[in-house]
Amino acid sequence: MTKINTHIGRRAFIRNTSLASGGLVLGFSFLNSCKPEQAKEMSGTEMPNEWFEMNSYLKIGDNGMVTVYTPNPEFGQNIRTSMPMLVAEELDVDWKNVVVEQAPYHAEKYGFQLTGGSTGIKARWIPLRMAGATAKQMLMAAAAKTWQVPAEEITTKGGVLQHAASEKSAGYGEMASVAATLDVPVEVQLKEVKDFKLIGRSHKNVDAKKIITGEPMFGMDYQKDGMLIAMIVHPPAFGMTLKSVDDEAVKAMPGIKDVITIKSFKEGFKKHGFDTNAFPELVAIVGNSTWEVMQAKKKLNAEWKPITATTEIVNGFFGKETRNTPAGLESTQGHKAQMEALASIPGNIVRKDGNPEAAFKKAAKILERSYSAPFLAHNSMEPINAFAHVEGNKVKIAAPIQIPSFIIPTLESSLGIPKENIEMELPRMGGGFGRKGYAHFVVEAALISQKVNAPIKLVYSREDDMTTGIYRPTYHATYRAAFDENNNLTALHIKAGGIPESPLFANRFPAGAIDNYLAEEWSIDSNITVGAFRAPRSNFMAGAEQAFLDEVAETMNKDAIQFRLDLLKRAKENPVGEDNQYDAQRYAGVLELVQEKSAWKQKDESKHRGVAAYFCHNSYAAHVLDLKMENGKPVVEKVVCAIDCGVVVNPDAATNMAEGAITDGVGNAFFGELTFKDGVPQKNNFHQYQMIRMKEAPKEIDVHFVQNEIDPTGMGEPPFPPVFGAVANALYKATGQRHYSQPFITKKEVVG
Amino acid sequence: MAKFNLKINGQTQEVDVDPTTPMLWVLRDHVKLVGTKYGCGIAQCGACTVHLGNNAVRSCQLPVSAVGEQEITTIEGLSENGNHPVQQAWLEIDVPQCGYCQAGQIMSASALLKRTPNPSDEEIESAMNGNICRCGTYTRIKKAIKTAVNAENV
Ligand code: FES
Ligand code: FES
Repeated sequence: MTKINTHIGRRAFIRNTSLASGGLVLGFSFLNSCKPEQAKEMSGTEMPNEWFEMNSYLKIGDNGMVTVYTPNPEFGQNIRTSMPMLVAEELDVDWKNVVVEQAPYHAEKYGFQLTGGSTGIKARWIPLRMAGATAKQMLMAAAAKTWQVPAEEITTKGGVLQHAASEKSAGYGEMASVAATLDVPVEVQLKEVKDFKLIGRSHKNVDAKKIITGEPMFGMDYQKDGMLIAMIVHPPAFGMTLKSVDDEAVKAMPGIKDVITIKSFKEGFKKHGFDTNAFPELVAIVGNSTWEVMQAKKKLNAEWKPITATTEIVNGFFGKETRNTPAGLESTQGHKAQMEALASIPGNIVRKDGNPEAAFKKAAKILERSYSAPFLAHNSMEPINAFAHVEGNKVKIAAPIQIPSFIIPTLESSLGIPKENIEMELPRMGGGFGRKGYAHFVVEAALISQKVNAPIKLVYSREDDMTTGIYRPTYHATYRAAFDENNNLTALHIKAGGIPESPLFANRFPAGAIDNYLAEEWSIDSNITVGAFRAPRSNFMAGAEQAFLDEVAETMNKDAIQFRLDLLKRAKENPVGEDNQYDAQRYAGVLELVQEKSAWKQKDESKHRGVAAYFCHNSYAAHVLDLKMENGKPVVEKVVCAIDCGVVVNPDAATNMAEGAITDGVGNAFFGELTFKDGVPQKNNFHQYQMIRMKEAPKEIDVHFVQNEIDPTGMGEPPFPPVFGAVANALYKATGQRHYSQPFITKKEVVG
Repeated sequence: MAKFNLKINGQTQEVDVDPTTPMLWVLRDHVKLVGTKYGCGIAQCGACTVHLGNNAVRSCQLPVSAVGEQEITTIEGLSENGNHPVQQAWLEIDVPQCGYCQAGQIMSASALLKRTPNPSDEEIESAMNGNICRCGTYTRIKKAIKTAVNAENV
């Protein structure tokens, strides 16, 4: 068994007194009132009379019921089930006796409460199991003390402590009061993978019942007595800011309480990399109801003026970053011309192996292809919103956000309220996809509440959500391959860039598999704001790379999977260069699994199949996608998917997530696109922005996981990027045409 | 402002609102039934789907003044305790990811099965095409609808 010293997590195990007394009282009042029922339903027993706090992640009731405080915000990846499973596994408690509660934001108790980057389970794998294991050890110590027997002789099973020799046994509930008074152990044992009882077995979504009965749970559902609704009037274009506002007519409209202007940042505030915000000066309309405020919003007269160019230093994830925001009104047409210009001149060399220049000079044949993809809007189904209530120098917040800690310094500065006085609940997010990592809307809500001196819920309309930025950037990549007279691949050259960032990962496959390799990048500044979007940068590079490798394999007359496996064999046995950021064996593993599960080798000419594989967020994914054309429209008949993300905590939930990532990938590859004219986004709602719907969704998805005992890695993002490549390669098979620029299908252009 | 007596989930509710207010906002802001969701406000996403009589309608496009005597059923009133066959099938297949679209999906699916107890794949796709799921749970939604059909047929 793995013995783990808990000292690294000691601070995470401080007692959670505020939660023991029922948590934040603010909130989903009717949700709170439902808890005993839900608890009863889950456990079949009454609520306990008393709870005993074992550590900040769990408390045990005198009847053996366990409450797990799940630390990270939920946005659909089902961590509210899988994270408590980690605790329950090591605690050795029956799942039916576990009740899940969302922890509020509390850095000291819960560490980095990040939902993003496919880091949730990976980061919590040890700490949450330790929370369960330390509590179990304390219960065992309590039993030993009570029964006067050695603790080592005590065993646990399903929430029951036993001492075989003396034939004594007791439920956790009976020992919880004593256990809670004991010291937190310094060392605990964690189970081995083979001993897991919960982990690795599918458990249903703990929130499913609430979701299908429409219980309030999302940020958008937040209600509080006396709460007003606020909406914001944003500038009409990127590159514009507020000049003046004439609010008289609007103030007189029914239900309207106030019209105010806010500034999101204090002068001189040192921004975080996630303080992205194209529109820091805004007009807010506050009123009694959403509909009334929406009507007022249409009537508001505001004047706008052009922004001036700025350069800022922000604290990014990897240290200080310079951010240039040029002035001007940008258009997609201009972006395309700018990108093509930079793509045609040398970029910054990021990696070079061997002598690529000489290899290209000597080549018998060169294949060169360019790929591009547009800006994308995240379009979470739940539009952006935030509840805030400022009272004096305190603020209570409840908002659907992915990274609560990142917005704390901004709130402190903009509100002038110390961080100890900022309370934040983390309601379920109706999707996030990266967008809700940029929590400017929380600051906006809090500033509005502060000014109008009332609890408010800020609601973005769909149009506000879609047109105010923080998009997936637009990208471009040119790939070149050199072949000798025997059609062997001798060199590979990538030049990738984008607005405003480069998507390049120079040290990922196929780096390490090719003797002569050159990777260059470039970028172009913009005032259109961008941010993380499900598998940032990978979501473009995977498609470009995997489509290009498909053409390389075809040029070499090789089977598409075998060609990739050959490259990976080279990377494993005799890698080129030092810093290859992938495990060639695990990479090959997903390709082999998808090859087997899709029966790839049984060449079936009636099927138009595309394959693609990619590594990102520490996990490996490969897809085989079958597509046919029907009345000029592509139909995705089946996607077979293989994933290696280490131990799969909750297999059916992980499968659901992979199915979603695949559907999302197909949708964005086919239709995803946001264009601009004079700074104005050309789509503002779903009548213009085509989203994948049931008719276009894959008819069948078949997900497989590589079985191993490696600590879990990312799951939400890795299956997404390779879909773009699999779609491109299957479309080629179905139509005879290669597809280089996303979106592949638009309303105007019918392919095939 | 005008007063309306609305029949919602078998109960009569009086609201005093602007007659142009869509039922979506009457439900969410005034009746405090927030299971019905706002997604687009322009009849494109289906998140706001409720039943008007036996039909699935987009409540964001239904002014309160147009409701009259007709019965409105929302997700909260679809069944006593989440035991409608469609809800049960949703649990069995464990459909939701973020869950935000699912009330609308369930209301569309349950209206479909009322009309067409044994729908073909094409009928399912047509009836559900107005409901966007950004998380991409379409394959599970389809499976759950078929599960509900089978449960009804045994
Ligand atoms: S909110 Fe009514 S259809 Fe989208
Ligand atoms: S489950 Fe998230 S939008 Fe459907």
